[in-house]
Amino acid sequence: MAPLIRLEGLTKRFGETVAADDVTLDILEGELFGLLGASGSGKTTLLRLLGGFETPTAGRVLIDGVDVTALPPYERPTNMVFQSYALFPHMTVAANIAFGLKQARMPKPEADARVEEVMELVKLTELGKRKPSELSGGQRQRVALARALVLRPKVLLLDEPLSALDKKLREHTQFELMRLQRELGITFVIVTHDQDEAMAMCSRIAVMDMGKVIETGTPRAIYERPQCRFVADFIGGANIIDAEPVGPSRVRLPALGVECAVTDSLPAKGWVALRPERISLSHEAPAGGPWPAGQVEAVAFHGDFQLYRVRMDGGVELRVAASNVPGDPKPGERAFLSWPADAPVALSR
Amino acid sequence: MRVSRGAKIAGGTVLGLGYAFLFAPILSVIVYSFNESRLVTVWSGFSTKWYGELAHDDRVLNALRLSLGIAAFAASGAVIIGTMAAYALARFGKFRGKALFSGLVAAPLVLPEVTTGLSMLLLFVLMERLIGWPQGRGAITIAIAHVTFAVAYATVIIRSRIASLDPALEEAAADLGARPFAAFVAVVLPLIAPALAAAWLLSFSLSLDDFVITAFVTGPGATTLPLLIFSSVKLGVNPEINALGTLIVGVASMVALTATLLQRKSG
Repeated sequence: MAPLIRLEGLTKRFGETVAADDVTLDILEGELFGLLGASGSGKTTLLRLLGGFETPTAGRVLIDGVDVTALPPYERPTNMVFQSYALFPHMTVAANIAFGLKQARMPKPEADARVEEVMELVKLTELGKRKPSELSGGQRQRVALARALVLRPKVLLLDEPLSALDKKLREHTQFELMRLQRELGITFVIVTHDQDEAMAMCSRIAVMDMGKVIETGTPRAIYERPQCRFVADFIGGANIIDAEPVGPSRVRLPALGVECAVTDSLPAKGWVALRPERISLSHEAPAGGPWPAGQVEAVAFHGDFQLYRVRMDGGVELRVAASNVPGDPKPGERAFLSWPADAPVALSR
Repeated sequence: MRVSRGAKIAGGTVLGLGYAFLFAPILSVIVYSFNESRLVTVWSGFSTKWYGELAHDDRVLNALRLSLGIAAFAASGAVIIGTMAAYALARFGKFRGKALFSGLVAAPLVLPEVTTGLSMLLLFVLMERLIGWPQGRGAITIAIAHVTFAVAYATVIIRSRIASLDPALEEAAADLGARPFAAFVAVVLPLIAPALAAAWLLSFSLSLDDFVITAFVTGPGATTLPLLIFSSVKLGVNPEINALGTLIVGVASMVALTATLLQRKSG
């Protein structure tokens, strides 16, 4: 199947800074695609290049096989939910939603029906006559969504759509967005800096850093089998440990003084990613060793787990997330670390 | 902070003196406009007869008509040009010559009026010689000159309002299918309307009471209200002029108040 969106060597420079650096990316029809990165990673620039708000320095944007690189926003089959929502403050909710249809000169009865339909879809009926200033944050977000969806775009762009909502509403809205995406079958491209959000919602994620797409994959693949140190660290904050190959799927960790199994063979010196929640902590040396040991430096209580910082005998510091650790190690006490054989992920870059 | 009684009295006195210094002259004009006597400095009783005389004075009425016409033209011209300049300054990013443009647009705010007036006069004389327009000097040249300096004020007011608008609003309009001009009319214009009205009113009142620049670029037969007042005062102040002055103060205050309220509303 041909991709719905194809970015080819897309580059955008603002003076000296490169906000998008030779990005090549395919997004399929019906995907809920996430652009994930820290602030300044270029994810919003990429979204704005898709929407037509920025002109690329180099490269092309194709949507549904059509080169839209030179098209302004008002001629693209995309619609955007802005981070600030950008609702027109002088218009009612219904007028905001009808704005795009009015620009397209759709006859009023037909437009009214469409507005009605989409208001029902995002649960806004009753509120049509209100002004944006009379709405709550969650309601505003739904108006922004309705205003974009009413035009039935091929692609819906969402710029940090949940960042202005409080935690409880955020989770609810995540499910709402997923429901809408499933019901409408429209391709969503969503920008977020929140890895949990991206993990929970997206069918695929592109992790970005310094204008480049570092890695693309399903949330599970990115989480469980990151391909590089940046992604392993960025998603879930894995421990990154120097490693040298000693055999097929086996490495030595010089800093810890132990050998262990890894997912893939390392061709040369590299690293191993070890997620904090896959490591176990114990006072006694576990079986199957030798296991590395160290001194607990700090413990932070997180409710469903505790986060330990352990200074290993070799000097490196590792993070361990665990709950119900036997013996409840306290700061200053010694503890052994161990992990299942499939936990360490080999990284060669 | 605790303020002693003495300090309170002293502060009140200073404030009172300050207000008196600023407004006593205007107050005396207002009070004496209701004086019955023909002699300006002698109070002989309350009367509104000078206001009645004003209403029948053709010279005054003609000057008023001319002034209002010029002010309306100048205000409208200033708001149209000012909106375009303000939009360019607030929205076009860093274009070549932006600092220069910004400075030049605001220059009339600090330029001595005498200089502005003189340069406008020279321009009109030169234009007449080179292209034959405007023929002579009069209402048209005054109106053009007033647009020139009022644009500076209008631009400042409108620019600050546009700058305070979320640029995403225009992007949203474009995203929803509006071409740039349609987006401007449907989204930007309604949102800056209070600032446009404030700029119009301020330009109107600036034009209405401008004297210096007007004196330079006027011609025979084009006597605006301030010119008329000045020329009559040369022959001696009379209560009718006081009445006229009072009316102008009243109109100007109302215009200024409305403009302030509009700007506050547009926040």
